[in-house]
Amino acid sequence: MKKFVAMLMAALMVLSLAACGGSSAPAETKAPAAADAAPAATEAPAAEGAAPALKIGLTGPMTGPASAYGLAVRGGMEIAVAEINAKGGLQIEFKSEDDEADGSDKAVSAYNSLKDWGMQILAGPVTTGSSLAIAAETVNDQIFMLTPSASATDVAMTGSNVFQMCFTDPNQGASAAELMKQKWPDATIGVIYDSSDAYSSGVVDGFLTKASELGLNVAVDNAAFTADNKADLSTQVTQCKDAGCDLVFLPFYYTEAAQVLTYANTVGYAPTFFGCDGMDGILTVEGFDAKLAEGLVLMTPFDANATDDATVKFVEQFKANNGGLVPNQFAADGYDVIYALYNACVAAGVDGSTPVADVCAALQEQFATLTVDGLTGKGMTWDENGMISKAPAAMVVTDGVYVPVA
Amino acid sequence: MQILQYLINGISIGSVYAIIALGYTMVYGIAKMLNFAHGDIIMVGAYISFCVTSYLGLPAWVSVVAAVAVCTVLGIVIEGLAYKPLRGTPSLAVLITAIGVSYFLQNAAQLIWSSSPKNFTSVVTMKPISLAGGKIVITGEVLLTVAACILVMVGLTLFTSKTRTGKAMRAVSEDRDAAQLMGINVNQTISTTFAIGSALAAVAGVLLCSTVPTLQPTTGSMPGIRAFTAAVFGGIGSIPGAMLGGILLGIIETFSKAYLSTQFSDAIVFSVLIVILLVKPAGLLGKQVQEKV
Repeated sequence: MKKFVAMLMAALMVLSLAACGGSSAPAETKAPAAADAAPAATEAPAAEGAAPALKIGLTGPMTGPASAYGLAVRGGMEIAVAEINAKGGLQIEFKSEDDEADGSDKAVSAYNSLKDWGMQILAGPVTTGSSLAIAAETVNDQIFMLTPSASATDVAMTGSNVFQMCFTDPNQGASAAELMKQKWPDATIGVIYDSSDAYSSGVVDGFLTKASELGLNVAVDNAAFTADNKADLSTQVTQCKDAGCDLVFLPFYYTEAAQVLTYANTVGYAPTFFGCDGMDGILTVEGFDAKLAEGLVLMTPFDANATDDATVKFVEQFKANNGGLVPNQFAADGYDVIYALYNACVAAGVDGSTPVADVCAALQEQFATLTVDGLTGKGMTWDENGMISKAPAAMVVTDGVYVPVA
Repeated sequence: MQILQYLINGISIGSVYAIIALGYTMVYGIAKMLNFAHGDIIMVGAYISFCVTSYLGLPAWVSVVAAVAVCTVLGIVIEGLAYKPLRGTPSLAVLITAIGVSYFLQNAAQLIWSSSPKNFTSVVTMKPISLAGGKIVITGEVLLTVAACILVMVGLTLFTSKTRTGKAMRAVSEDRDAAQLMGINVNQTISTTFAIGSALAAVAGVLLCSTVPTLQPTTGSMPGIRAFTAAVFGGIGSIPGAMLGGILLGIIETFSKAYLSTQFSDAIVFSVLIVILLVKPAGLLGKQVQEKV
């Protein structure tokens, strides 16, 4: 009897949620272009027979200094959602909220407004800071979370419902060290990093641990900078130059890396520069002389110049949607996240009518055994902590394009 | 050998601070207000220069002229819209407004040019000078920035001491009410100050981005704060003081990064600042003003 009452309550709640969604949907579709209104119109008549659309939410920086990442992820996800909805079958309703990469109140309020909207799965946040702020909330709310790009170990460790699509930072650092051991075993290595950034410090931690294990010759390991004094990196480059480093590891974002490369070129210092996935995007910096990046090695799971059908199709669609902008790995991560979620939901039989906590339990079960082939890797699997396992790929910039490291 | 290279690096970034500090000190000295939007006018100047060279394909000197022109107008407009209505109100109100203008400019730049960084192509085409077999490198940017700094400093000093407008500025700076009674148009004088300060900001923006090529809507804010520190360090209101403060700040910063710690360089720089201000509260070259009772 008790069970029956509980079921009834649950059904009522779902109904009331659906009612909320129904009443707010027309208001939402009024403002955007006709493209958004079209699927809503086709849904309405089918609503009685077919299951309601699955609600996937994204929080990320859509404005502010980090908006390049948030907009890329959103662009990638929108392509995946449009493709899936065009197939028929399980439909996805997608909504994104801006958190300005602010790890405090803005991230939480973006998350809360998605919850009010009726989000069943969180396909975000984009940045590590926001993810750390929200992950604990998703544990309490039992909302399944798959972040495309928040790479700190702490994010995945928050709870069993939190999963990552990208490498964790220390893992990435460790694979960088392994690659160096393989390709440049005798190099004198210098490391420049951003000590005020969790991503950069995380990669360096993993790298230095692995490097000492492998016996790499790291000559400079303390050339750090912080968010406040990164306007001038000439001292750090000079330190590496004076120590005779012929391989300089730059595990930070391309914005600062462009500075390092320009200064090194000015003073005639030409070691092999080695970046991580944050380096991806350096060739698209407006005004940046791509010649400076010649020979730059970087670890990135996605190559927009790859010639396989899936990548070509994705790149073309992304360019068409975003005024000719070439997608970076964040866009590809976003795309893969939606497909991974879609595959898992289809396998588990989850749809828009499944209660949030049940979605979470079902997806957790699916992700333990799920294997996904995506743009950012083939045969991707997840471990029990929610961390991804996929083969790292290293590229070298040759004649202005990425070429896999031989 | 190494120490010389660090010294040159320090002078390089220091002279950029100095030229920004000159603008700060100029506006503070005359209008008695801290224009926290100064750093963002620098950013606008750099963007204008970037657009002129990259999108219109015009030579670098044209881009500098365009940047100066746009920033001068921008400075006058900001002063007229945001600061002039607040003349006579407590200085705190103007200060908060300046912070508001700063945010406004950053967000407007983000809307116009997006937040993705652009790489500024240096306006200097000179090849760097290599000494001691490549151990020491002096870039053209350093030479240009130092030269521009000295030129601006001498120019401003002459301007404020010799010309009619310059004298009016000093009069306004000393006693606004008395200057008004003497028939000086205070509002116009302050507007002129802003125009000059903003024109300097445009030059500083081009030099800053020639030295540090990353251009983002937030490019101006951190160097702006440092330059403000430099201006206080040298004695705010003093033109040679701003220059001295900027270069010293750059050198201290670089040396603490090179020999002490790259991560704590800010802590070291600002501790030095605190010590100096404790010993000389008016800054290195600042005038100790006797309180009139």
